[in-house]
Amino acid sequence: MQSSLSLSVSSNSSSAIHRSSNAFQSVPLAHSSHINLRFCGLRREALGFYSLRHSDSSRVRLLSTRSRSKKLVLASFSDNGSPKSFDYDLLIIGAGVGGHGAALHAVEKGLKTAIVEGDVVGGTCVNRGCVPSKALLAVSGRMRELQNDHHLKALGLQVAAAGYDRQGVADHANNLASKIRSNLTNSMKALGVDILTGFGMILGPQKVKVGSSDKVITAKDIIIATGSVPFVPKGIEVDGKTVITSDHALKLETVPDWIAIVGSGYIGLEFSDVYTALGSEVTFIEALDQLMPGFDPEIGKLAQRVLINPRKIDYHTGVFATKITPAKDGKPVTIELIDAKTKEPKDTLEVDAALIATGRAPFTQGLGLENINVATQRGFVPVDEQMRVIDSNGKLVPHLYCIGDANGKMMLAHAASAQGISVVEQVSGRDHVLNHLSIPAACFTHPEISMVGLTEPQAREKAEKEGFEVSIAKTSFKANTKALAENEGEGLAKLIYRPDNGEILGVHIFGLHAADLIHEASNAIALGTRIQDIKFAVHAHPTLSEVLDELFKSAKVKAHTSSPLNEPVAV
Amino acid sequence: MAQLLNASFIPTTSSHTLRRTPNFPPGICISGRRSRTQVQAKIREIFMPALSSTMTEGKIVSWVKSEGDQLSKGESVVVVESDKADMDVETFYDGYLAAIMVEEGGVAAVGSAIALLAETESEIDEARAKANSSSQSLSSSSSSTPPPAPQPQTGKIAENVGPAPVSPPVKTVAAASSAHPASEGGKRIVASPYAKKLAKELKVDLGRVVGSGPLGRIVAKDVEAAASSAAEAAATAATAGAATSAAVPGIELGTVVPFTTMQSAVSRNMVESLSVPTFRVGYTITTDALDALYKKVKSKGVTMTALLAKATALALVKHPVVNSSCRDGQSFVYNSSINIAVAVAIDGGLITPVLQDADKVDIYSLSRKWKELVDKARAKQLQPHEYNTGTFTLSNLGMFGVDRFDAILPPGTGAIMAVGASQPTAVGTKDGRIGMKNQMQVNVTADHRVIYGADLASFLKTLASIIEDPKDLTF
Repeated sequence: MQSSLSLSVSSNSSSAIHRSSNAFQSVPLAHSSHINLRFCGLRREALGFYSLRHSDSSRVRLLSTRSRSKKLVLASFSDNGSPKSFDYDLLIIGAGVGGHGAALHAVEKGLKTAIVEGDVVGGTCVNRGCVPSKALLAVSGRMRELQNDHHLKALGLQVAAAGYDRQGVADHANNLASKIRSNLTNSMKALGVDILTGFGMILGPQKVKVGSSDKVITAKDIIIATGSVPFVPKGIEVDGKTVITSDHALKLETVPDWIAIVGSGYIGLEFSDVYTALGSEVTFIEALDQLMPGFDPEIGKLAQRVLINPRKIDYHTGVFATKITPAKDGKPVTIELIDAKTKEPKDTLEVDAALIATGRAPFTQGLGLENINVATQRGFVPVDEQMRVIDSNGKLVPHLYCIGDANGKMMLAHAASAQGISVVEQVSGRDHVLNHLSIPAACFTHPEISMVGLTEPQAREKAEKEGFEVSIAKTSFKANTKALAENEGEGLAKLIYRPDNGEILGVHIFGLHAADLIHEASNAIALGTRIQDIKFAVHAHPTLSEVLDELFKSAKVKAHTSSPLNEPVAV
Repeated sequence: MAQLLNASFIPTTSSHTLRRTPNFPPGICISGRRSRTQVQAKIREIFMPALSSTMTEGKIVSWVKSEGDQLSKGESVVVVESDKADMDVETFYDGYLAAIMVEEGGVAAVGSAIALLAETESEIDEARAKANSSSQSLSSSSSSTPPPAPQPQTGKIAENVGPAPVSPPVKTVAAASSAHPASEGGKRIVASPYAKKLAKELKVDLGRVVGSGPLGRIVAKDVEAAASSAAEAAATAATAGAATSAAVPGIELGTVVPFTTMQSAVSRNMVESLSVPTFRVGYTITTDALDALYKKVKSKGVTMTALLAKATALALVKHPVVNSSCRDGQSFVYNSSINIAVAVAIDGGLITPVLQDADKVDIYSLSRKWKELVDKARAKQLQPHEYNTGTFTLSNLGMFGVDRFDAILPPGTGAIMAVGASQPTAVGTKDGRIGMKNQMQVNVTADHRVIYGADLASFLKTLASIIEDPKDLTF
């Protein structure tokens, strides 16, 4: 409390009743413009939205916030023991990336915040997901470079046979995870977020029990951010040694000669990159008719050409793995496949290991949702577009929010964080809806794949419904100086847009550092920047970012002058 | 797919697709087209289009249509990757996609044929036959696919030397497997992903490969081993065929077989050759530059045989005595033209089709001429002037891995050159280092009545300098 107050005072001229400062019209504006300097992108959207909307809703807001502020002032004056007061302003269940993002923003907003963690701080992303996998992928990327004689020769390099030490690689991944975990923990501690250890269970409205103790903690608002666990379809027996999930694979305890990967989404694709670079052969098992469903079809096709076909990978599509038995008594792992449509047995595979990468299931059991009459849907907590939890009668549960993988809206670490920030904005009195179409996604293969917004089929479907035209622009990495200097000309950037008003509907990139390049596009979508405006932005030469520069310049927008009123994008 | 072409970024050149632009580089496709259109106009070639001004070759990304599909004007047929981007290529004619000549992943020079389009269904077979016959020269265009067999150097020299049975290392693997444990008594084949890929590339039948991996699984090295043993088997079979000229399956041992006409002729000539006092001079030539040149021009239909013939002819220009012949033992003739005969082993015999005026004809025409001669030889339709007007003979056994050999001088000519395989060799250089170079050994047999040691020595020196700096071969 103390530290959070002093922090907000330093950023703001308001007085001791700072927590209720948003009651006054002038202060939040100052506040938000201040934030605006520190954060760009998503935050400004919130401002634009707010400042446009406040004219019609300000009266209501003033009334409502004023009445609330009275209560808050009281609360802050009588901090101890008043039955009306809460232990915390905000309690977050789950200290993953989503919870962490929400906590940091809550502190900035002057809320007294606690975070509950039953396992380790950092959640899936930091401990069993994005972070350690990036360590493995960093290794696989280098191995690939060193193994590619042709490529090295073209650069004039000579390298003797490259090898690796499995334990060393595994340690690198593990060390990275611990480092990021301690960074995360420290950043919250330093800001005065209380970290409560134990599983959180909701007992009733605004009441949470932590761990096995009987202590009940009250909070004005509660965010569920419990995340997800690997989803294992039934019939598959995971033993953690030969039949594994990403949780085990990231420890890299073995590098099998032949591994079957069930599922060809982000996770499967990234692991195929790691395993093939380390010498394994890979068989993909995909239930849908083509590999990499979910990617823009054109990008998927190119990715298959570069990431699958030339590598030691084969695949079975349109099949389900109904039964997977771990290796035992000298017998290999057996995988029984059936046709996804006819359900007839199709094949049996015998491999050294199987990685189950069929997606992730929400981790919401034991959360006590029944105590507040909330029924999960396939495990996901139902929420509205502002992450407010919906109970089984279809009504909003007051003061309860759910973000991240647990609500299943967009199962990405940074999406969870953005949702968390959005919720904090709301609980501190600001109307905010996150535009999920502005959230980029990336797959860190070599080369990388990234995307934001709609795929081409999605855009065309939307265009059909809403009656607008869709155009496509594409540029190749082959024409980019920096990519050619790196001898990495394989790649494509694709822009899906509306030619009538220059709105960016989606951008998809496959190529060197695609994951870093996507943000120019995602920021443009978040801020509502139109192509006719962004095309005048200057890019340093020679850089990979010129791929996007060229992409925007090659788009043919009919409306050449941007409208004087830079309207915010629909959210 | 079609929206690809609507994409606004496509350069204006996309309209060139498949149009028979007249400015194609000189190459086999032009005369081929001319002759074909004379014979039948209903089978059209689909060419690799020039999708950008800087594009010299294109890679086939994928065939949108497959062989036998009906096409209508404007439909996308193939996706081509240029130096800038991937583009859909559409057809300008209605018809049937009769034959795909460059597979997915293959590279073809701008302007070279990548598929044949038949106007009616009945012409599909005809087009396919045509595609097959020309695929020999075109097969070289799929150069981006990994090397077919683990003997690349000999392969290069050997390629297209003639109709000698350089059969691809197909299903001739001797080692058949009755039981690999992983296959449940042969019912299933258990092979790792890479092994399957390799088997496809190397055309190895996995059913005949014995797996050495865990539980009898077939792994990559098993496929490689099978492929190389198959290649060896094919090579030895072919060598035997060329040497004894009658290695037909179903030979009855212990029987007396009368000579065929061709064998009688060969026999007569060979005995006659004993009356000519011959001697031999050998030379080792570095072929790195020639190999590099070949790589560059083979997509234009140039064969190694043509390159060697051309190099030899250019050397002969400077040494007319080596191109002379002595027929009566009293006088000799400086032959007026340089006609390079190339020994070709064909079913049950040996024949020497002649590349006339090899010093004057350009390399592309020479390559085409060679292909035509080989086709005729196979069909036994060579006219006498096409096989008996040689003034200098080339014999190349390099394709079988032979590193050096000794040829018998055909009567009526002055010299014959035996060409061995080009192989990576550790070579000491003048500055005291050791390096790898591709080298081949040539060995010339000559009639010492007219050609002396010094003549051959200087001829070989010239030849070596031409081959080691081959830029003049393609002028």
